[in-house]
Amino acid sequence: MITVCRIEDLPPGEALRVTEDVPAPIAVFNADGDLYAVDDTCTHQDASLADGWLEGCLVECPLHASAFDLRTGKPTCPPAKAALRTHRVEVVDGLVLLHVDATADEPA
Amino acid sequence: MRSVLVVGASLAGLGAVRALREEGYEGTITVVGEERRLPYDRPPLSKQFLTGQLDAQALALGDADEYQDLAADWLLGARAVRLDPAARTVALSDGREVRTDAVVIATGAVARTLPRVGARALAGVHSLRTLDDAEALRADLATGRPTVAVVGAGFIGAEVASSARALGLEVTVIEAAEAPLERALGRSMGRVCASLHADHGVRLLCGVGVAGLDEGDGRVTGVRLADGRLVPADVVVVGVGARPATDWLAGSGLDLDDGVLCDAGCATNIPGVVAVGDVARCLDLFTGRHTRVEHWTSAVEQPRTAARTLLTGVSTPAPATAPYFWSDLYRSRIQFAGHLLPGDEPQVVEGDLDDRRFAAVYRRGDRAVAVLAVDQPKAFGRLRRVLIPAAVALPRPA
Repeated sequence: MITVCRIEDLPPGEALRVTEDVPAPIAVFNADGDLYAVDDTCTHQDASLADGWLEGCLVECPLHASAFDLRTGKPTCPPAKAALRTHRVEVVDGLVLLHVDATADEPA
Repeated sequence: MRSVLVVGASLAGLGAVRALREEGYEGTITVVGEERRLPYDRPPLSKQFLTGQLDAQALALGDADEYQDLAADWLLGARAVRLDPAARTVALSDGREVRTDAVVIATGAVARTLPRVGARALAGVHSLRTLDDAEALRADLATGRPTVAVVGAGFIGAEVASSARALGLEVTVIEAAEAPLERALGRSMGRVCASLHADHGVRLLCGVGVAGLDEGDGRVTGVRLADGRLVPADVVVVGVGARPATDWLAGSGLDLDDGVLCDAGCATNIPGVVAVGDVARCLDLFTGRHTRVEHWTSAVEQPRTAARTLLTGVSTPAPATAPYFWSDLYRSRIQFAGHLLPGDEPQVVEGDLDDRRFAAVYRRGDRAVAVLAVDQPKAFGRLRRVLIPAAVALPRPA
């Protein structure tokens, strides 16, 4: 489990990139109050989804506009074809806590 | 319509096959490709492929399962040489003739050569368009420690310079124009982005043309400049732009003018013939003019438009979106959306030019027409959405 930040440091519409103590970077999103965490690197080519455009629970890759559903990690718009791994994220005592998927030992 | 012929086994060609199937077309699809390869992704050729971070396999655009689902016939290693719209046939370089109800033209562009040097084969001289080109260049860059000269400071040339530098090689870039990247980014921002060369120890010579190439034992030894100077080089890469591959369409009756002229729905002047990608000069609803956009993104988007136009028989434009491209130079990511005319003024709205991390919005009067970002992907995503398309009056469908 990783403490990402205080919840007030991740307001709605924002994202944070977690790079320490994880096998591959993870992006944590606040989508209109709901928190989601997925692998940060687009499954198509090298770009950080934490820099992407967030609309509802879809994030659009900043490089080629692949879109992913943050709830499932699945791409909803090409060119990406492979899904992102999703990770569990919760707020406890005002802290954003990230539970890295144990199978996520290698980047996709 | 029972048969469609896609000419060009490229990103745009594969996109056309995909789009036709997605739109429910169940008839025959044949794809003709000059290269003996299934479609692959070209942008990495000057970047990660050249530096050895990606191999050829990683560039494949489709996989076996998808090709089975698409159920197209691939005629690879054959070039289209003639289109006869009246007979509805396309002749191929191997003598075959394909009869078809409809044609998607996706023949792309071919690399321009140096006016005073031409396409003469000389060992060590490269252009970069195809995977074969990239493999040859990669092999040459990995042989010994060659000194590299890049002719042309456009994005292909700049990316090759960046990749060669990443391999630890000494690189000089030679640009005929006074201001590099001026047409793409405007004068001031072109200079800013070109300054990345000097930041990373690559010499950039601007405002000087190439008089010829020096050679010894059948191999290039240097680039002779118009002012008499010599830039010694074991490897020379010529990146001086591309011209649309329309030679095979001469006499077809298609309107050709720096590409295949199309309306906003990718329809040509001949019914049942559409064009997509680098070869197409479509009415662009964002720029408000016929524009040949040599961007990866256009090759992805236009086939969807073209497929709808073909299958409905009515030209069906997509919404106006700003043309977009990106480039990776020396670990900096450059992103640009929009289209510039001389006089469009950039204004930095995020970050700082000196840090090489900024976003700038270009204005034409009070209209935001383009955005450039260097290592500011998040700001870029926001700013590209506030660009305003030109007002275009579309002709009524006949």
